[in-house]
This record gives sequence, structure tokens and C-alpha cells, in this order.
Amino acid sequence: MNRQVVLIDSGGYNIGSVKAALQRLGVNAELSTDPDRISAASHVILPGVGAAGPAMQKLRALQLDQLIPSLQQPVLGICLGMQLMYQHAEEADTSCLGIFSGTVKRMPAQVGIRIPHMGWNQLEWQIASPASSALAKAMPAPAWMYFVHSFAAPVTAQTLATASHGGAFTAIARHRNFLAAQFHPERSALAGQALLSYFLRAY
Amino acid sequence: MSLARRIIPCLDVRHGQVVKGVRFRDHQIVGEIEELALRYRDQGADELVFYDITASPEQRSVDIGWIERINRVIDIPFCVAGGIRSVATADAVLNAGADKISLNSPALENPDLIDQLARRFGDQCIVIGIDSIAEDNGFQVRQYTGDPDKMQAARRSTFDWMHEVQQRGAGEIVLNCMDADGVRSGYAIEQLQQARRHCQVPLIASGGAGLMQHFAEVFQQADVDGALAASVFHSGEIEIPSLKTWLHSRQITVRAA
Repeated sequence: MNRQVVLIDSGGYNIGSVKAALQRLGVNAELSTDPDRISAASHVILPGVGAAGPAMQKLRALQLDQLIPSLQQPVLGICLGMQLMYQHAEEADTSCLGIFSGTVKRMPAQVGIRIPHMGWNQLEWQIASPASSALAKAMPAPAWMYFVHSFAAPVTAQTLATASHGGAFTAIARHRNFLAAQFHPERSALAGQALLSYFLRAY
Repeated sequence: MSLARRIIPCLDVRHGQVVKGVRFRDHQIVGEIEELALRYRDQGADELVFYDITASPEQRSVDIGWIERINRVIDIPFCVAGGIRSVATADAVLNAGADKISLNSPALENPDLIDQLARRFGDQCIVIGIDSIAEDNGFQVRQYTGDPDKMQAARRSTFDWMHEVQQRGAGEIVLNCMDADGVRSGYAIEQLQQARRHCQVPLIASGGAGLMQHFAEVFQQADVDGALAASVFHSGEIEIPSLKTWLHSRQITVRAA
């Protein structure tokens, strides 16, 4: 299969790790912020680590805030890249890409619940959803993923899998051609590799 | 389900090779970095820490070539410690693929550096390592512990320093209890229990692991998020898959590799 994977160079520090993870799957991804290169890609990945405010400013400056929601090919958002795909981020009251509905909010600290949510946590599938079942079949069971974040997206009809840290939040969401993961598949060993393979294969 | 307790092998790096020493002295070469990193990944380590033990005392920053090599082969998170004393070095280390950077002596020399790094890179990737020792006036911080000739008291109490680094933006704290380190008689449970009460961010225990029982004790009694160890893993005395199976049987949440 001829894949032209473009990683949107949004300034996050995990870009090199995502590129290396794709390399291990035999895919040579290109880093770009060029709208033409992104539009021509077979698969687009929006990685990201950091804060929503500066990240959205950067996407607006590059005029990618209009382009990304209009893409028709498979698009994967990772960590902050996922959060940017929601309507709104509580962090610095930031208006985001609006692909998924809802607001990304700070996770509340509770007794025994440390923020940032940092470490390995298990996915729980939304078994009523056919899209969730299809993805669950492609993944190891249990699926442990590596998370590092202080903000999280609510559980909605677009949620395929949740994870729990003081309360359930969306770990994987899907809407049309857009797939998003709150965890870092590039740092989630075989389970993460399975998610990346699924994105490249089934999308 | 909930967050798994993390098992974290620490690889001390000196001149580009993994070494080991008892109580920070007499370092012997253990092996090549990539080979050991992959072995631990395959065994189910949850995270790796690469600690450049020569960097801080010699006032030089880390070489990033080996970080790039690790990034190419490893698909679990890893942290780089040692010699990171500027925003520029932190930028280079994170760009090379490290998920986190850990600061110890440079944070004591210039605490503002923590604020600068947290603002620039986010607190989730800023780890503060603290070398702590029991003294008559309570637990105290030690500085430049990578070199016995340069090691000195930092003139700070361990728990005051823990509060300060969290306020400045530390996203995780590794507490290395020096009295326990290298002697394999168990983690410093009492100190870690106290530290837990002073720590709102993830807390990693370091120093003293010798038996599987020690890992269960530190998770159950001190409620730490992760346990770091070096020699028991390097020597093969504790195999990570057996450790995880055993911890699971003790109702401790661990990731199945």
C-alpha cells in the first residue's frame, strides 16, 4: 500500500518519537506545515505536547486551523493533538478545531489521584459501539497505554474507549475520518504499535 | 481499572556506557545502552531512566547522540538525567526523543531553572531528582552525588525542597534515599511515607531494592507511583516479568507486558 504519511510539525516534542515509531512500522513519515503537502497525504497525524493556547496560535498562524477540520483522508490526533480536535479547551479559554464536540477540562486532583495523570492505564471499550468493537478486536487485551496529561476530554457518543483516573475520560475518540488518542501510542509498546498499525491499515 | 504502579530500571551512563556502582563509588561497565534498553523494554519495564552520572560534577552537558539512538529503538517512555542545566540543553534532549528530563544539582544551583523549564516545556516532562540523607535535624538534601569528592550538603531540608520544586513546576519527584541506596535492604519506607504527604505530583522511590518484597512494601506502605532500581535488575537477581506477576498476585496494579 502506498502511504504518504505527513506529521504536522506543530512544535510538540513527541514528533521525533512518533516519526521513529512509524519508522519501526516501515513507514517514512514526512514532517510538514505546508497545507499542500498535508492535503496530498494519504494519512495525516497531528501530534503535540504542551499547552493548548500556544499550539492553537501556531496552527492559526500557519492557517492550518481551517485546513485540518476539512481534511478527508484519515487523520490521527495524539495527546494535545487530540485535545485540539475538540471544540474548546478550558486551558487559557482556547477555541479549538471543533471536530469533536465538547470541552477539554483540567482533571480534578483528589485524594490518591495525582495530576498530571502520568503512567500506564488500561483502555475500557465502549462495547455498545460497533466502531469500538472493531478497534478493540485489533488491539491486545488488556490494552495498557502510556498517558501523560493534566487535561482530558469528556465521554461522549464519539468515544470509542475510556480510561479512568479519578473518573472516566475519553482515551480514544472517532468522528468520520478523524481518530484521536489521549495517550502516546509511540510510547505504549506493542499496544501502541497496534493502534498505529490499525490507523494506517483500516483507515 | 486504575493507573499501574511503575517499575523503572535506572541505567547509570558514564562516557556512553551503562555502569554500576555501590553507594555511588567504584563504577563497573554493565553493557551497551541500546542493548540494555531493549532488553528491559522486552521484559516489561514501564519506563527507563538514563542517568549520566559524570555530567553534573564535570560541569558538562549530556551528549545527545545516545539519546537519539535510544529513541529509534525504544517504544516505552524514557527520562534523561544528569547535566541538564539550561533551557537550550533541555530543548536538545527533548528534541532527541527523551520524554522527560530530570534535574538534580542544577535545580539546587538555580531553582529558577525549574520555572523556566516548566513554562517552556510543560510540567509533565520536568522531573526533579532529590538525593536525601537522614541527619540529626531531619532529612537533608545532598548535592553533586555523582562524584564522592565533590558531594556536598545542599543546606536544604528534603521536604522543604520538595514543596519548593512543586511550586516551581516539577511534574514528578524521584526521591533517592541515600542511606538505603546500594545496600539492598529495602526502600526507606518511613522517609517515603513522609515524603508522600508532602508530594501532590507523582512520586518515585529510589534506593534500596533487593527483594521482590521491597517493591510490594513501597507501593503498599508508602503509596509511591513508581519504584526505581538498578543493580537488582542489572544482575538479573530480580526479573521484571516475575516481579510483575508476583506484585499482581499481591493485588498491586501493574501493567502486563
